[in-house]
Amino acid sequence: MSRPRNFLTAALLTGAAFALCAPSAHAFTAYVTNEKDNTLSVIDGEKLEVVKTIKIGQRPRGIVTSKDGKWLIICTSDDNIVQVYDSTTFELVKTLPSGPDPELLILHPDGQTLYIANEDDNLVTIVDIVKGTVVSNVPVGVEPEGMGLSPDGKTLVNTSETTNMAHFIDTTTHKTFDNVLVDSRPRVAMFNKTGTQLWVSSEIGGTATVINPADRKIIGKVTFEIQGVAKEAIQPVGIRITNDGKKAFIALGPANRVAVVDTTTLKVEKYILVGQRVWQMYFSPDDKYLFTTNGASNDVTVIDVTNLKAIKSIKTGRYPWGVVVSPN
Amino acid sequence: MLTMRRDRHAAGVQHDIVRRRLFPLTVILAALFALPASVFSAIAQENEVPSAAKPSEPAKGAVAAPVSKDTMTIPVLLLKETRTKNQPISLLDLAPADDGIAGAKLAIADNNTTGQFVKQNFTLDVKEGAIDDLIKGAEAKVAEGVGFIVADLEPASLLKLADALKGKDALVINVGSADDSVREENCRANIIHIPPTRTMQADALGQYLVWKKWTNWFLVSGPQPEDKLFADAIKRTAKRFGAKIVDEREFKYEPGSRRSDGGFEQIQQQIPTFTQGAKEHDIVMVADEGQLFGDYIPYRTWSPRPVAGTAGLVASSWHPALELWGGTQFQNRFRRLNNRIMRSLDYDAWLAVRIVGEAATRKQTGSFKDLNAFIHSPEFEVAAFKGVKTTLRAWNGQLRQPLVVSTPKLLVSISPQQGFLHPTSELDTLGLDKPETKCKAYTQ
Repeated sequence: MSRPRNFLTAALLTGAAFALCAPSAHAFTAYVTNEKDNTLSVIDGEKLEVVKTIKIGQRPRGIVTSKDGKWLIICTSDDNIVQVYDSTTFELVKTLPSGPDPELLILHPDGQTLYIANEDDNLVTIVDIVKGTVVSNVPVGVEPEGMGLSPDGKTLVNTSETTNMAHFIDTTTHKTFDNVLVDSRPRVAMFNKTGTQLWVSSEIGGTATVINPADRKIIGKVTFEIQGVAKEAIQPVGIRITNDGKKAFIALGPANRVAVVDTTTLKVEKYILVGQRVWQMYFSPDDKYLFTTNGASNDVTVIDVTNLKAIKSIKTGRYPWGVVVSPN
Repeated sequence: MLTMRRDRHAAGVQHDIVRRRLFPLTVILAALFALPASVFSAIAQENEVPSAAKPSEPAKGAVAAPVSKDTMTIPVLLLKETRTKNQPISLLDLAPADDGIAGAKLAIADNNTTGQFVKQNFTLDVKEGAIDDLIKGAEAKVAEGVGFIVADLEPASLLKLADALKGKDALVINVGSADDSVREENCRANIIHIPPTRTMQADALGQYLVWKKWTNWFLVSGPQPEDKLFADAIKRTAKRFGAKIVDEREFKYEPGSRRSDGGFEQIQQQIPTFTQGAKEHDIVMVADEGQLFGDYIPYRTWSPRPVAGTAGLVASSWHPALELWGGTQFQNRFRRLNNRIMRSLDYDAWLAVRIVGEAATRKQTGSFKDLNAFIHSPEFEVAAFKGVKTTLRAWNGQLRQPLVVSTPKLLVSISPQQGFLHPTSELDTLGLDKPETKCKAYTQ
């Protein structure tokens, strides 16, 4: 018990110190969508607590920021629309067309092209966020969900939950050029920073598949085993890979743990106990913290990435779903 | 909830899809009461769909997979036996004419959405009629190379079909029977079973009631043989999980016309008297599979007690309001394709056809022998909107799955309940388990 308390004291002191000489490298904000409450929890990166709760559209899930951090772009699934909020005033700037039931989205490095998975329509919708128009639709498998972009922005990967594939889409031609079969119910696709690995989590299959994006061959599969936890409860969803590419963090849903995986050996190094039904995650800008959304316990766990320890849980709204961290 | 019923000729196939804008359920129900039946058949016959199911209905911008020459075709045959049974007492429980078929159609569409990426095309052929005609039709289809047969049949008919196809390249996928015996002492190696058995249903309910500490059960069963079997399953569950049958009565009735003007006056008198003087109980357990009297019990009992079994709180493979685990999109897809809500038989038939699709996609083949071997292998699993993978029990081919415990409008819980432990899979706490099985065909 003493360590977290020490850490908290340290964090508070640090926070106080930074407050005097803001802005600093450590100042950042985490935004969490609460699926059940139709709200956004704003978490101060220094205090590690919710400082504001904003009423937003219905059933908010996937969330990203604009390149300059000024906009929060949020899938409000039950409104069948994507909402854009100002990250300072929290006013609704505009809405973007999205197709029905948008769930996850990803922004192209050009800062303008947004890719949205339409779970109810077997489509990926491509939207110009400046003009607010639909550029194109790409037909994919049944129940598209996960969205990953290669670091060069040339390849978009979408996963379809019932088709069980990672669809490789050329971002210039908007055509699928390859489809890789993975284990059941793929939820999230994530490239490493160098673009040499694509990770796909399979919620029902209980694995993560690592694919070489160059030839779309499967490099290997990560499997999980936790003593005292039923195999069926291990349901990988969120994936984040550290900037140095060495470690992958995988959220295991109702197993209430985040697995830390060595990206070379593909072996689990550690399971970190977090809140209940952990799904999405996001790093702080310096990779120091990892924020996890725990849907069933209505909180966010903060993981100390260096020491691989959960250091704090932050109460949010009901059923926190998506999370994004902005350096602002 | 369209409840058209039309007489069907033996082996005659009709595919009716009411292709109208999806109305809210209430509107459809209101319309049902207001419109004469003739209007409905007119609407229904407006659009005939050819025997192969419609391919997935891609939304705007999407492209339907063109079936090119190098595309492999995997045909599925669905057999639906015409039954002459008494109608359930509630208008809401009347089965739509395409009960089950609608689910198989959705699975074909789902399989084909995936199939376009792997050059596979799935087709559905539906035959309806009397069992002997169905068997003849099935034999002809199997001779043509159709390997997968989804069977919505009575238990005896199911065995008859399986025996007729014995030794042939055909797998029968049972979606029509919850009977334990066809999985146990009468099991056949060429059948796999999707619907939960009576013992699975009873265990799913029983686990929840034990968790609730409602362990004193007053069992009311109907006179039909199926009712006796369900009552036996309830008794087995009570013994297994430490509940007690404190009283037991048979509800005798003369099934008459399903409705008449009035009727409630007599029922209102009859049920309290029937349940009067029962030993102190926590809940009334009803065994009435045909839904011919069970729904008369809730709110009419002598003592104010809840009702479970085949009425009130029930356990099933699916619920039309289930939205967990991505279920919303699944329900939406079904409604868009079929203009009605998804029933358990639809779900079971969807899963039956998805099993074929899942095997074909994974194995990249249309070879019956390879697919059949893979489906029976321990590696085979399929995601089915149940939160966990569903698999087949190696000893009798029964689908291992969580069950929905629900009231008519909403889910109450999912069984197995926490704390009901099992050395290999908690899902095997539902129904007859490996050590108890009487099935030999699978292991011989």
